[in-house]
Amino acid sequence: MRHVFLDHQSATPLLPEVFEEMRPFFMEAFGNPSSLHQHGLRVRDALKKARVRIAALINAESDEEIFFTSDGTESANLAIKGVAYANERRGKHLVVSATEHPSVMNSVEFLEKQGWTTTRVPVDSQGRVKPEHVAGAITDKTVLVAVHHVNHDIGTIQPVQEIGRVTAEKGVPFYVDCEASAGWLPVDVQAMGANLVSFSPHRYYGPKGVGVLYRNRKARIVSIIHGGVQEGGRRAGTENVPAIVGGGLASEIALREMPSRASHVAALQKRLWEGLKARIQYLKLNGPEPGPERVPTNLNLSTEFIEGEGQLLSLDISGIAVASGSSCVSKSLKISHVLAAIGLDHALAQGNIIMTLGKDNTEEEIDYVIETFSRIVTKLRAMSPMWEEFESGVIDSVVRPTGRGKSFSDHAASVSGKPAH
Amino acid sequence: MSETYTLYNQTVMDHFQNPRNMGDIKDADGIGEVGAAACGDIMKISLKIKNGRIEDARFKTFGCGSAIASSSMATELIKGRTIEEAMSFSNQEVVDALGGLPPVKIHCSVLAEEALKAALEDYVKKHPEVAAKAPAAV
Repeated sequence: MRHVFLDHQSATPLLPEVFEEMRPFFMEAFGNPSSLHQHGLRVRDALKKARVRIAALINAESDEEIFFTSDGTESANLAIKGVAYANERRGKHLVVSATEHPSVMNSVEFLEKQGWTTTRVPVDSQGRVKPEHVAGAITDKTVLVAVHHVNHDIGTIQPVQEIGRVTAEKGVPFYVDCEASAGWLPVDVQAMGANLVSFSPHRYYGPKGVGVLYRNRKARIVSIIHGGVQEGGRRAGTENVPAIVGGGLASEIALREMPSRASHVAALQKRLWEGLKARIQYLKLNGPEPGPERVPTNLNLSTEFIEGEGQLLSLDISGIAVASGSSCVSKSLKISHVLAAIGLDHALAQGNIIMTLGKDNTEEEIDYVIETFSRIVTKLRAMSPMWEEFESGVIDSVVRPTGRGKSFSDHAASVSGKPAH
Repeated sequence: MSETYTLYNQTVMDHFQNPRNMGDIKDADGIGEVGAAACGDIMKISLKIKNGRIEDARFKTFGCGSAIASSSMATELIKGRTIEEAMSFSNQEVVDALGGLPPVKIHCSVLAEEALKAALEDYVKKHPEVAAKAPAAV
């Protein structure tokens, strides 16, 4: 069977040359970088090299601003909790956008239980954060502003440079989650005015098991994992040397190949969206149109009258791997908080599918996906009472209203006895 | 990848991919449409009833794989039963016949039970003479 991987937001295959670079550090160069003998010193050099390569990817001033963690989630936890605890006496107020990744949102919620307060800055229907809203949310007790570079769900590129100017003016540390952009879009921490930035090499053909936190001297942080004095005392615990080494090379290659990778996926993104739009009626793109406001890797789609998990399963059976923000896919039975924050109708949030492209996808694969997905939509719509009720005028379409019938949400509420969330 | 991994067991996947009794019954004797407030799924079951027995059952479902499989299995199980038997139908029968569902998906089988009972209630409403004999559906 044919396999098309369209979930590069979750993982990417390791580059063979990155694997080769990592290989000696499993058996031959197995030393602990904290050791003072030859074995330790050798791997210490390797970590330094990786730090320099990663600093170059994001235009950090110094490799001493690069800290290694276990993954992007840990980096986000360290950025949020590390800054909050370090500045506790200055103030206990945080400002975050409403569409941050769960690693940010749940870290903030954890702090709220301990007495911190948070302002969640709303986004518009395209998922954009307005810099003036961030400015308006900052108080004299604010110790951190967190706004991601690119949304992990709907691909919206945020005006981080403008927000960075606001935070610099107010003297508040600025944390930018670059998990969905690093390796694909230029990330320049200095131009962004970012004091903290997090990302993971496994999103751009590096290994899993390593996360990066960039932090400059303007943001004070304390460690949230206690033990030895690794990573300048900011993150205790033995470093995952092979993964760090691999992450370093993956970063160097990503920087070098960024223009060609980005233009390749941008062309496929356009082909995929236009092909699907032409073939499937009542289909909505969530987030900005492909172009300067959207990361070229991501398409977030809502297919009306059918549910997302059924689409995901059917695609998987046809060899196509995608993700979904539907409540049926989440373990909490809740729709993606990003889709809720952009005010997406519940019916459309239920029919959500996320496709994320990579450098190895081809035009031929995209055409196969367009063909297969349209067939699946037809099959699932034939099974859906909503499609039949739309065709007979009982309910109306949200994507292209006909003016007849009630809304899906009203209908769902009347048959379930409770309003849909 | 040479092996195939599935999110649900083979029976559930089979009922999702090849649903039994999918569609509507023309001139149905009872129709039930219910929604799950928890997740937003919607299920519709229509019944053909003759001489107090379910002759045919069909479904349409807006929902995940296990919701589609649950409604497919429920309609399979219910065909041929009397109204009285059908009134005591439980979601556990669907779960057992499907060989189990993940804990977070048990509510899909509950939805199938509710859709079936809503269809029976609709039938009973139209046939008060049955109501006198049969116990309440819920």
